[in-house]
Amino acid sequence: MSSEVKKSGRLIKAPENFLTTQDAKAPALMRRKFLAASASTAAASLAALGLAAPKSALASVGEGDPNILNLPAHTTGLGMPVAANPYGMPSQYEKGLQRRESPGLTRVSAASVAFTPLQGTFGIITPSGLHFERHHQGWWDIDPSKHRLMVMGLVKNPKVYTMDDIMRLPSVSRIHFIECGANTAMEWGNVAVPTVQYSHGMVSCSEFTGVPLSVLLEDCGIDRKAARYVLAEGADGSSMTRTIALDRALDDVIVAYGMNGEMLRPENGYPLRLVVPGIQGVSWVKWLRRIEVGDMKWAAKDESIHYVDLMPGGLHRQYTGIQEAKSVITTPSGGQTLLDKGFYNISGLAWSGRGKIKRVDVSVDGGRNWRTARLETPILSKAFTRFNIDWVWNGGPAILQSRAQDETGYLQPKINQLRAVRGTRSIYHQNAIQSWRVAESGEVSNVQIY
Amino acid sequence: MSRFIKSLRLLASAGLLAVCASVFAQSANQKFSGIGRTATPAEIKAWDIDVRPDFKGLPAGAGSVAKGQDVWEAKCASCHGVFGESTEVFTPIIGGTTRKDIETGRVANLAREDFPQRTTMMKVATVSTLWDYINRAMPWNNPKTLTVEEVYAVTAYILNLAEVVPENFVLSDKNIAEVQKRMPNRNGMTEKHGLWDLKGKPDVVGTLCMTNCATELKITSFLPESARDAHGNLKEQHRPIGPARAIDTSRPAAAAAAAPAADRPVVVAAAPAAPAAAAGGVNAADISKKANCTACHAQAAKMVGPSWTEIAKKYKGDAKAPAMLAKKIKSGGAGNWGAVPMPPHPNLKDNELTALSQWILEGAK
Repeated sequence: MSSEVKKSGRLIKAPENFLTTQDAKAPALMRRKFLAASASTAAASLAALGLAAPKSALASVGEGDPNILNLPAHTTGLGMPVAANPYGMPSQYEKGLQRRESPGLTRVSAASVAFTPLQGTFGIITPSGLHFERHHQGWWDIDPSKHRLMVMGLVKNPKVYTMDDIMRLPSVSRIHFIECGANTAMEWGNVAVPTVQYSHGMVSCSEFTGVPLSVLLEDCGIDRKAARYVLAEGADGSSMTRTIALDRALDDVIVAYGMNGEMLRPENGYPLRLVVPGIQGVSWVKWLRRIEVGDMKWAAKDESIHYVDLMPGGLHRQYTGIQEAKSVITTPSGGQTLLDKGFYNISGLAWSGRGKIKRVDVSVDGGRNWRTARLETPILSKAFTRFNIDWVWNGGPAILQSRAQDETGYLQPKINQLRAVRGTRSIYHQNAIQSWRVAESGEVSNVQIY
Repeated sequence: MSRFIKSLRLLASAGLLAVCASVFAQSANQKFSGIGRTATPAEIKAWDIDVRPDFKGLPAGAGSVAKGQDVWEAKCASCHGVFGESTEVFTPIIGGTTRKDIETGRVANLAREDFPQRTTMMKVATVSTLWDYINRAMPWNNPKTLTVEEVYAVTAYILNLAEVVPENFVLSDKNIAEVQKRMPNRNGMTEKHGLWDLKGKPDVVGTLCMTNCATELKITSFLPESARDAHGNLKEQHRPIGPARAIDTSRPAAAAAAAPAADRPVVVAAAPAAPAAAAGGVNAADISKKANCTACHAQAAKMVGPSWTEIAKKYKGDAKAPAMLAKKIKSGGAGNWGAVPMPPHPNLKDNELTALSQWILEGAK
């Protein structure tokens, strides 16, 4: 004991005497082995990876689990050096979780959607690399030193800001969800997609950092008497434009450059985008180049031709923006098979464009009986809230549902309640209770139930 | 602690906070000096391209239907079709509107549940939107390259295809307000909903009920079997660990449901309740799962081993088959169906083996 203490207290010269020559070579060798191994793994199917996962011990435990009894290379060898991956990437075993397109949904991939794999994310923050994508005319990686923001219209002093200017201003960092107005759109009429990635994956949640829009509007001397609306415009080919009411613009809208601790990703508007908490993603204009203050709505292409909600009878609702309270169980969810009977932690996400989530109830019998789930902290306004609830699966058929309520008292509706008012052709703002059917085989599938 | 640090601390607690506060108060009342600069008129002109429904922002100019057709065929038709009808790349622009709609300002086909597709001309209420759309975002792969005249002309061509303006029409900033009065869906928009205002009132709200709630418990929609792998193999779209595995949709439903058995604990069969496939007091279907048969055998598809259907077909009418199959299941072997050997199942009881072989030979239903 005492010798060990002495040993650990001994000063070791670093770094040249820290490793033997042999040891120093080991990482390179390891890396070569690792690369060879991962190349062959890549060739093998992921199903094979699944089979390589630990088998249940119970059936054939014998003397014990070989994964315990036979020490693996990572326990008996030297691992990789620091900065082997200067920008860290997920484990090779996580390759299945990627943004994916829904085949046939759109005709061209530069005006399409890539969905977030909600089935595999934890907590409330969406990893930036998995944040859903929606572009109208492709994405760009814009040189930030050449990007400009112009604020003009009904202001005393129309101004131009560089990124340097914007990043010098007082900043805020806030966690908000962003949901495309067309999230879950494919399910208005019937079940159309197999997994939560495709049914609900046009939503993500991140911590955004930037300058409150109100600060910029004040800095330019907004004409408070005449101003009613602002127009946000992007710098890309589509030059996305959306009208935002002035009270909202002055409330919690952010001109953001940061996302989850780093700069925005190019697919999410690098170097500057608008954050309009609670409002559908199309208003969160990416590659933001211009804010115009005005006194009437603009009826822009994406508020007069697209993003209009067709009602029964043929009228279109125009300027719909708020993403009402919604929730979905992400584990277990469609396209999966439960491992076995017994205990499960039902886990899911809830969010509301009107404020904080107040409660989430969960049913395992298709909505006849409900239990209130635990809400995990933090519970933030217009942000994802994670819910969890215990469940013991007895091997029988079950239908899992979640139902969110926000702080305004608004309660997430059933699909038939939505259809009774809005029909099945409105595309946008589908926030119905989602049903996942668990078959006796353990297979979970997407169903709709009245 | 040194005297110097002590004195610093005193200073901080006594005066520094007050100094800070006054600095912040000052900057909040002032402009952010040194940040940003006034935009020049040329800069504003270069970027201020939006056109509102009251035509504020619309540049003076004109363009004819005939000129529009030329531009259209050169720069637009490849995606949108010569008559704006194409569905190849985008939703169609033209179609679905009538002369009656031009009178009423409401596109009647929008009320029809069975109408296949909504075209741009069916939806758009404001002609300013069309002009602004083409000017800012078209052609799709080369936006903002059309001249003002070309934008007027292409807009005129679209309006002519939809029979809003005649063939010899020249659209201009002078007559565009008149054209607005003929837009087929000009009265087709409503802002009566609760999804805009900060305090907007919801139109549909759920029901708060916790026990014995009204529900029909009838599945009204599910994914058809034919769409099972329409989104690729789901097995490749999740991680290989966790409480649930993604389904292998490269295999049919029955096979895939059984597939995870290979890497999941053996289910200890609970007492089966009134089994349909029970024979001699045992449920063959349950046994097939318990004994891991379904890891290799499926109803219709060949997996590691032959499908139940194949086996039933092969031994149809063979009187010796039940006994032979029971023995085979117990002792295992290879050869009848290929080189992959079937493992022995020595723990199955005789009545279980009989039930199992009978069940398989009857098609495993």
